[in-house]
Amino acid sequence: MAEEDGDHQPLRGSDPPDQVLDTVLETVLQFLTCRQDRNSASLVCQSWHRAEALTRSELFIGNCYAVSPARATARFPRVESIYIKGRPRFADFNLMPRNWGAHFRPWVSAMSRAYPWLEKVYLKRMSLTNDDLALLADSFRQFKELELVFCEGFGTKGLSEIASKCRQLRVLDLSDTEVIDDAMDWISSFPEGETPLESLTFDCVECEINFEALEGLVARSPSLKKLRLNRYVSIRQLYQLLIKAPQLTHLGTGSFSQSENIQHLDDNQDLDYHSAFAACKSLVCLSGFKEVMPEYLPSIYPVCANLTSLNFSYTNINPQQFRSVIVHCHKLQNLWLLDTVCDEGLQAVAASCKDLRELRVFPVHPDEDIEGPVSEVGLQAISEGCRKLQSILYFCQRMTNEAVIAMSRNCPDLVVFRLCIMGRHQPDHVTRKPMDEGFGAIVKNCRKLTRLAVSGLLTDKAFSYIGQYGKLVRTLSVAFAGDSDMGLRYVLEGCPRLQKLEIRDSPFGDEALWAGAHRYYNMRFLWMSSCRVSRLGCQEIARSMPHLVVELLRYEEEDAPFVEEDNNNFSVLYMYRSLEQTRNDAPESVTIL
Amino acid sequence: IENSNTYFAFSYKTHQTCNPIPTFTLTPLLLLRVRHQQISRVLQKAVEGSSRNIKERTCFLKESLNFFGLSELLGKKMGSFETDLNLEATELRLGLPGREESDKSSNGTRNCNKRPLSESEPRPDGDDEGPKAASAPKAQIVGWPPIRSYRKNNLQPKKAEAEAASGIYVKVSMDGAPYLRKIDLKVYDAYPELLKALENMFRFTAGEYSEREGYKGSEFAPAYEDKDGDLMLVGDVPWEMFITSCKKLRIMKGSEARGLGYGV
Repeated sequence: MAEEDGDHQPLRGSDPPDQVLDTVLETVLQFLTCRQDRNSASLVCQSWHRAEALTRSELFIGNCYAVSPARATARFPRVESIYIKGRPRFADFNLMPRNWGAHFRPWVSAMSRAYPWLEKVYLKRMSLTNDDLALLADSFRQFKELELVFCEGFGTKGLSEIASKCRQLRVLDLSDTEVIDDAMDWISSFPEGETPLESLTFDCVECEINFEALEGLVARSPSLKKLRLNRYVSIRQLYQLLIKAPQLTHLGTGSFSQSENIQHLDDNQDLDYHSAFAACKSLVCLSGFKEVMPEYLPSIYPVCANLTSLNFSYTNINPQQFRSVIVHCHKLQNLWLLDTVCDEGLQAVAASCKDLRELRVFPVHPDEDIEGPVSEVGLQAISEGCRKLQSILYFCQRMTNEAVIAMSRNCPDLVVFRLCIMGRHQPDHVTRKPMDEGFGAIVKNCRKLTRLAVSGLLTDKAFSYIGQYGKLVRTLSVAFAGDSDMGLRYVLEGCPRLQKLEIRDSPFGDEALWAGAHRYYNMRFLWMSSCRVSRLGCQEIARSMPHLVVELLRYEEEDAPFVEEDNNNFSVLYMYRSLEQTRNDAPESVTIL
Repeated sequence: IENSNTYFAFSYKTHQTCNPIPTFTLTPLLLLRVRHQQISRVLQKAVEGSSRNIKERTCFLKESLNFFGLSELLGKKMGSFETDLNLEATELRLGLPGREESDKSSNGTRNCNKRPLSESEPRPDGDDEGPKAASAPKAQIVGWPPIRSYRKNNLQPKKAEAEAASGIYVKVSMDGAPYLRKIDLKVYDAYPELLKALENMFRFTAGEYSEREGYKGSEFAPAYEDKDGDLMLVGDVPWEMFITSCKKLRIMKGSEARGLGYGV
């Protein structure tokens, strides 16, 4: 397409008006980065649609089955970075058959032809193989960034392909991704000489790595800012890396303990970890500590004052050990913890971290019937101390409405509120009443709330509150809650922005399903497992809504024999809008209506 | 009828209502081949189930599966567990047919505790209760609480110095055996107990220990690797020192055992 080069001069007599307008439009639209804005722009008229499509360089695919690779590459010919999401979130909790789908192969094949200039790939909950990674490495000469989150299906062989062939690789980030040990030394596959590497994250990779090769790689990557090691890196090895890379901004420390296997002659001589950390003046984000030896924690004190992000969610330390770290962290905005820090630890957070935006508290014992170390006391303390809180994920054994209401009042900026009371159907443990009022207060008082996860004993009243006040809610997670179809109806009829609805083990049936029919084309997906919907009800929906893919998932015996087999012979209803025909890569256990 | 084997099928169904009163129904899901006595017990408990709370029923089910060696069907591979299921509360006494509940298996050759296939450390056979409560997979409900398995499997085990309750687990290998075992040294008070457990586990006899001659009267010699990586004979150092310095155990056999200078 012949373009005048960004020439904004007024119309000349000889130029046809359309062409100039198109050029201007394309130039202007290049500055539009937000995809929602781009989507709106594309709806204005034909020429806007065309211009927008030509200038979109970042493509976001929220559901890999909503649109086919062919259609996507046909409409957007100039994509440089792509972001694809596959499985729905509940798949992470073993609620979906393992081979359900979300394969990267069709995408990488299509893109290898359509976008030879592709630079960035970001995948979430997709399955990819070593061959897919090899194809990626071979097809895209300028490939720069690969980020895989909650993915699986490939091994160190695939990593090796990426490392060796992508000469311009800046980012290789694997988060919570399963990597098969193909016995391939992928770290050694990085080319000799200086690399442009800026970010290397492999903290989830459960295989040994060649430390010498890693040391060499770090030494010849002057741009390296983010390095997240796996638990096979001991604290001594961490030291050796730190002194080579004091410019790091993001560090995942690996095990943060002595290695079991390697005997050191000078074991008694502790290295000066304190100074090594002190030298890292730019460090703002710290994670790892996968097998922490608490006596080494003081070495991180020098960097605490600058930290904005700290991930202690694999770190089993007691309240005292935790407090001695957190008192230094005044700038902290993101904090992930294990509940071993107890309510006491949370009180320490409330006292020190006045700037906190995001908090996640994970359980060290994901059980139902035990005394938990954190409770409403911790939540109350956080709400009083961290007024700027925007996002919270809190696992506990017991909670009160009072504490939740307090949080709704103290933290009006909350955008994400996810409370998981681990005992199913647990009421307020003081008043013994349902948790309706607490969650009701959250939706009522937190006007910016877009994501909500509920738990505990909840009646339909809670859902009526959500439907009434949760006008901005996009994502809602429900488990073991509600009394009747009305609960689901309140939500489907009341929340206009709802995009993702995931429900399990709640008494919602066909009537409620029907009540939401007008919403489903405007939603990303609906997930209902172990609810009261019947096959017939699903068939009705599928029949009346041709662009809705209605999948019924059955558990295989080996997968989860204890999920109840009801008469309808399926356990999960997963439905999503799609422009395509039924997919052909579904396994036996999936029935697509 | 006492000794007949019956094919028995059961599952459970819980109906969630406002007041959860789960009920048991018997629908074919699993086939368990059990002895007749055990069936009537299972049935009895199932029928009584409606009057028990979820926790006890959960215990009961887990124990049953554990006992029948089908705990792997519960799906999860879990690490160490802190909570012992309180079998007293459920008044369950499960064990292999024909075996007295209070029978400590003195020969220990038939370790009648079916070990779940998940990675839990076997305790020596000293308990009355048949199946190992502590090693049953925790989650009865699939995917609840919503924690990813990567996170569950990688939570740091508690360090021995921090908590008194944790054990000192070491691997035990025996020359010629295809796979290793793991034991908790904290469970024993002294060498004789440990040796007896090892003898039971690997079905050998260690012979008589003496400081001068080591293990006499056997072609086996229990040895261990200590913190410095050296191979030592079990019994040479005081017990307390041993359990803190032992990294792994090895039962040596034959000429290598003799090579240490301790004759048969």
